[in-house]
Amino acid sequence: MSIAATQKRGFGAFLWDYITTVDHKKIAHLYLFGGGFFFLLGGLEAMIIRIQLATPENDFISAGLYNEMITMHGTTMIFLAAMPLLLGLMNAVMPLQIGARDVAFPFLNSLGFWLFMFGGILLNFSWFMGGGAPDAGWTAYAPLSTQSPGHGVDFYVLGLQISGAGTLMGGINFLATIVTMRAPGMTYMRMPLFSWATFITSVLILFAFPALTVGLFLLMFDRMFGSAFFDVALGGNTIIWQHLFWIFAHPEVYILILPVFGVFSDITATLSKKRLFGYTAMVFATILIAFLGFMVWAHHMFTVGLGPVANSIFAIATMAIAVPTGIKIFNWLATMWGGSITINSAMLWTLGFIPSFTIGGMTGIMLASAVADYQYHDTYFVVAHFHYVIVGGTVFGIMAALHFWWPKMFGRILHEGMGKLTFWLFFVGFHLTFFVQHFLGLMGMPRRYWVFLEDQGLDTGNMVSTIGAFLMAVGVVIFLINVFYTWAKGNKAPADPWDGRSLEWAISSPPPYYNFKQTPLVRGLDPLWVEKMEGKGEITPAEPLGDIHMPNSSILPFLISLGFTIAGFGFIFQVDHSAYLILVFAGIGLALLSMLIRSLKDDHGYHIKKEELEREAD
Amino acid sequence: MKGWMGKFKSLFLLSMLALVLAGCGKENLTALVPKGYGAESSMNLIILSTVIMVFVFLIVILVYTIVLIRFRRKKGQEGYIPKQVEGSKTLETVWTIIPIILVVTLAVPTVAATFDLADESASADGINIEVTGHQYWWHFNYEEEEFATSQDLYIPVGERVYVHMLSSDVIHSFWVPSIAGKMDVNPENVNTMYLEAHEEGVYWGKCAELCGPSHSLMDFKVIAVSPEEYDQWVSDMQNADPEEEPQDAVAQDGKALFEENNCMSCHAIGSAPSAVGPDLTNFANRSRIAGYLEPTKENLVDWLMDPESLKPGNKMTGAYPALSEEEADSIAEYLLQLEHSEITPESAGGL
Ligand code: HEC
Ligand SMILES: [Cu+2]
Ligand SMILES: [Cu+2]
Repeated sequence: MSIAATQKRGFGAFLWDYITTVDHKKIAHLYLFGGGFFFLLGGLEAMIIRIQLATPENDFISAGLYNEMITMHGTTMIFLAAMPLLLGLMNAVMPLQIGARDVAFPFLNSLGFWLFMFGGILLNFSWFMGGGAPDAGWTAYAPLSTQSPGHGVDFYVLGLQISGAGTLMGGINFLATIVTMRAPGMTYMRMPLFSWATFITSVLILFAFPALTVGLFLLMFDRMFGSAFFDVALGGNTIIWQHLFWIFAHPEVYILILPVFGVFSDITATLSKKRLFGYTAMVFATILIAFLGFMVWAHHMFTVGLGPVANSIFAIATMAIAVPTGIKIFNWLATMWGGSITINSAMLWTLGFIPSFTIGGMTGIMLASAVADYQYHDTYFVVAHFHYVIVGGTVFGIMAALHFWWPKMFGRILHEGMGKLTFWLFFVGFHLTFFVQHFLGLMGMPRRYWVFLEDQGLDTGNMVSTIGAFLMAVGVVIFLINVFYTWAKGNKAPADPWDGRSLEWAISSPPPYYNFKQTPLVRGLDPLWVEKMEGKGEITPAEPLGDIHMPNSSILPFLISLGFTIAGFGFIFQVDHSAYLILVFAGIGLALLSMLIRSLKDDHGYHIKKEELEREAD
Repeated sequence: MKGWMGKFKSLFLLSMLALVLAGCGKENLTALVPKGYGAESSMNLIILSTVIMVFVFLIVILVYTIVLIRFRRKKGQEGYIPKQVEGSKTLETVWTIIPIILVVTLAVPTVAATFDLADESASADGINIEVTGHQYWWHFNYEEEEFATSQDLYIPVGERVYVHMLSSDVIHSFWVPSIAGKMDVNPENVNTMYLEAHEEGVYWGKCAELCGPSHSLMDFKVIAVSPEEYDQWVSDMQNADPEEEPQDAVAQDGKALFEENNCMSCHAIGSAPSAVGPDLTNFANRSRIAGYLEPTKENLVDWLMDPESLKPGNKMTGAYPALSEEEADSIAEYLLQLEHSEITPESAGGL
């Protein structure tokens, strides 16, 4: 995001550049921008929820609108904010960490982003058309979701279907990238933990998202084409939806948390100036968590009536996850032990994460005890638990990663003072908001309650929670100011501001568009650190300087996504009038035509000539 | 095991009681002061897991604090490079084994309690009640005793009452925090759980599964009375005479209006089988109107004139001719005379 360049080329050219880009670094910017936008939107929804719950029997918003608010808050935060922000970080950092010039399929990368973005926009159009936003909760349990009037749930189905396809593509792309494009010497067991996390997360995406896809299709057919998968009166079964949903959504939780485990591993090691303690254990713990993550989905269903055998098995499987997670926590502590810890904003978020996430993990184990869960389930205890994990884990991790890699991504360093202020406001606000909620739940407050009644002992807790939420909001606003400030007059970042250990710190900030002039040669875990210790301080190239092959930009991913989105509107409204089928045909037509062009037109990309690279070096 | 568990339990309960007294949690609503078998089973596990987890948390915090005090980069240390440690087999084994032990400690009682609470083998000898969840109210059919009621579930103290639950529409969840944990009320299969109250009382029940706009207003009560009072109540309910004429003219008017205004097509009084809306046989004894409103005449009139404003999305709105204030008043007068038993929520101590 070089300002000078922007001004020279004008805004139109700048926009066109981003719409057509296939460069992983620019796609990362897009993901961060898109995810950030939806994060603010989801945050606004959260504030409205907390205002409604500030006092008992409040009527700030109506019951129907409240259900739309909680549904959209959950859906937006999970699918449109947390996931894309993580995908953005992966895009920005992983190829650099493994010494690659881009991802394996740059075109697909762009397509993945645009599908996500358009899916998110489609979903949010439900606020303005078709009788309101989805209102059956982000879990969309049938038959509430199949019976929900208006088009809200239709928007949910198609919005998630489109953006989910984008995520799936992103996952496959990262897998291919890590399998095939690691630099010479970058063996699997030398990959930085963030790249490992990206790899394993992508496996999770690959196996988990299809369950969601199937579930959404069934829901779509029930709502639009008269099928009866979830219609009990016609022999359907509503519990199937819960299974499909959680077979996806439990791994989804790990899709959100494993990447930030990677972030924290890299940050703790770098800012403690120590090698990650127990690297091998950390890698295998990650793999184990991912594997177990597929075995535990029914812990969300302890009260469904699956019987004591199923409940016991899923309870034990869930508790087992405590073991690898515990290993991670202690290995981070051991990494810092004996180190020389620099406490800057990135490290503050990391340090804030450890106790917060530990609490979230522990309430997770408490929830795993099936009989105890009969009390916790669907109460504010659960709300507290998953916010401790997703905010205390994922959001803290994203903030840590942003402060840590901002210089690499944008070439400037975020303002430290504002960074610290953001952290403290958010940290205090976070605990104020969510800690009391554990007690609110046990005191008899179920989740998704539009109002709580007067005189039930729930007033104080809810008030505290709302005050906390406002502190968090102020923290976020200061972060935004920080971003604008840094963009306008932040300090220019050197190539290696934190005395880094991995490859991304060996090239300039921001990196040139081809990343590595010469593919690096990796000679150990923490390759840059290895070279520093041997007194060289820079990476040995693995090849002589030569031409670099680069992919061409393309507008086609944008057009394909646009086509599917138009078709999405068509599907939603053809229920009302068959004339809307025109949109279905036009949209699918546009998408297919774009795909055809992509298939028929040979696009070999272009080469950056060796001479040009040499000239640049001077 | 019982010994130290017992000690922890009393300690925990004492501190919880302090919290409750400090205004944190309402008696007969909060799960933190269990007064029934299921709630106690859950509470034991909540305490056990909390103790284990707090123990682990303290260790983490201890190490964390030491790290923060001792290993921060100090002034003048700019060039210092700490020793690069690869790992430690011993340490890593320790923090693998200890969590495994802790998890097993929690898993064993969890499995035992799970099977215990799912044990329905004695249901044939117990009291069995069919529960139906509706958007946004609860129906209780005393099948063997051949009568029904809604919103207030009467049970005898100290006995196992088996509730067999089914939904007529979307998924609900039946939760009486002080007596037992919750169980979902699904449209496709009957779920059974049992309630066993240790003390007399009127306990708050809540719907715990999102079921539409008025999900948060779908409250009900469990009224635990002594076994003698329960028997009395059952026989009173069985002998209720639906045709009974009210004494005063206003109420007689109300009864006529009730019959004229289509109310009967949804509401049963006495033996009529209709169950589209709550059974009103003992309506005058309700602890709450529509599950959550104080049982006053004004509230009832408000409800009859505009239920939508009190429970958005409810299934009564618009299903009967609009009532004038006067008509509503007469009907209210009539409904508030529908009592057939001395046994009321007050018998259990009231709300
Ligand atoms: C379409 C069926 C229907 C009709 C007709 C109907 N009701 Fe209702 N009524 C309901 C339902 C459903 C509820 C439960 C509402 C809720 O709590 O969500 C209800 C609730 C009530 C309640 C509160 C019951 C309780 O236990 O707290 C009263 C009193 C009542 N109705 C009276 C009337 C009267 C009087 C009429 C006629 C003027 C009437 N209803 C007509 C369906 C109906
Ligand atoms: Cu889960
Ligand atoms: Cu409900």
